[in-house]
Amino acid sequence: MSGEEWEIVAFTLRVAALATLLIFGPGIALAWVLARRDWPGKSLVETAVMLPLVMPPVATGLLLLELLGRNGPLGGFLHRHLDLTVVFTWRAVVIAMAVMSFPLLVRAARIAFEGVNPRLEQIARTLGAGDPRVFATITMPLAMRGIVAGTVLAFARALGEFGATILVAGNIPGRTSTLSLAIYGHVQLGQDADAFRLLLVSVVIAFAAVWISEWCLRRGSRAR
Amino acid sequence: MMLTMRNVRLELAEFPLLVDLEIAGQVTAVFGPSGAGKTSLLDLIAGLRRPTSAHIALDGRTLADTARGTFLPARERRIGYVPQDMALFPHLSVRENLAYGTARGKHAADGGRTPVASNPRLDFPHVVEILEIAPLLDRAPASLSGGESRRVALARALVSAPVILLLDEPVAGLDQRLKDRILAYLERIRTELELPILYVTHEADEVMALCDEVLVIERGRIIERGAPSALFHRATQEVFSRRSSNEEGAKP
Repeated sequence: MSGEEWEIVAFTLRVAALATLLIFGPGIALAWVLARRDWPGKSLVETAVMLPLVMPPVATGLLLLELLGRNGPLGGFLHRHLDLTVVFTWRAVVIAMAVMSFPLLVRAARIAFEGVNPRLEQIARTLGAGDPRVFATITMPLAMRGIVAGTVLAFARALGEFGATILVAGNIPGRTSTLSLAIYGHVQLGQDADAFRLLLVSVVIAFAAVWISEWCLRRGSRAR
Repeated sequence: MMLTMRNVRLELAEFPLLVDLEIAGQVTAVFGPSGAGKTSLLDLIAGLRRPTSAHIALDGRTLADTARGTFLPARERRIGYVPQDMALFPHLSVRENLAYGTARGKHAADGGRTPVASNPRLDFPHVVEILEIAPLLDRAPASLSGGESRRVALARALVSAPVILLLDEPVAGLDQRLKDRILAYLERIRTELELPILYVTHEADEVMALCDEVLVIERGRIIERGAPSALFHRATQEVFSRRSSNEEGAKP
């Protein structure tokens, strides 16, 4: 593989990791709130969060483009006040990946939290633990398997993101070109051999991600 | 120990829990059929559910007062609660389960506002000895038998240095031999630890074996209270008199 191709791989891993990191905190928090609290309008929030999962990725990409473009409400603000351009930069790639992966993380973490018997948390409180301690010592450890699985799933989804990314970030070689975008570009130009090399790399990365998460889970269960 | 519950109202699925009572006894049974509101009553005292209205106080300490908007969170109440499913933390060893609540004794979670009347009888080694769980300390909760996990759950509540112990059907589902063993442990807790106990059950023989007073609860209301022997004696008489009057009525 050429140096250019390695750069694409490194770039893809970097932005996907950044996107996963970006959504981890808010995703876990939202999942917990959805699993443990009730408020009017909750179902609206649930539906809105799941939208990117069911909408065509290209449609999500178009929405993001309108929102983040220099004349868009959010993009305009960032451009005027922070001199920050989002669309057609690596930032747009991260945002597209984050938006598309978010529902997967929230869903998995929510199911994991719902699987934790609330009675355990209640009894921990009667034993003198405040909410942060209950969360850190009871809820999180017991939901850990589901959260790890959800995080890996979100990361894998980010790695493969295509539809939203190509609209909001384009496929600019050396700037926004990820593995998926590069494979598409190669196929478009009839460079099948190049496309297959990158395909192989994608498979290896996906395999490694799943294998590492399984290994983490096995280790976690042995420690108990 | 004095637990007062005034004008308590808590909405349940089919009927409200309505309670107005004082409990001062050593071991008090809350006796009634399934679904009468027994567990809800314990949850209320432990601070796991918020009442619609109530004034609840324990030894002069206000736990909840809806008129003033006071609600002491569960973690500051110092109430030992052993729920029916025991709720042992499955990811922690027995030792870690026990240790979970002991931090409170050293540095109270509420910054020392609650007077910690430390009871030296409730220290870790003594409780472990009384319930004979030393050989279990390094085991995982999933590997414990029914009787063992009950003793561990009891121990975990005790070492958190509570001022009262709430037990929700602590021997339900055990065979008679195990039941007698656990009751013997509870008897030791009662005599050696001098800790007041609120004991929820629907079995009369447990009440007779352990309790000084019994509150009979039905559809969310305390319908009768008194000494177990007097109450069950009267109940038995009523059953017999009802049966004999039925037999008389059936005569031609």
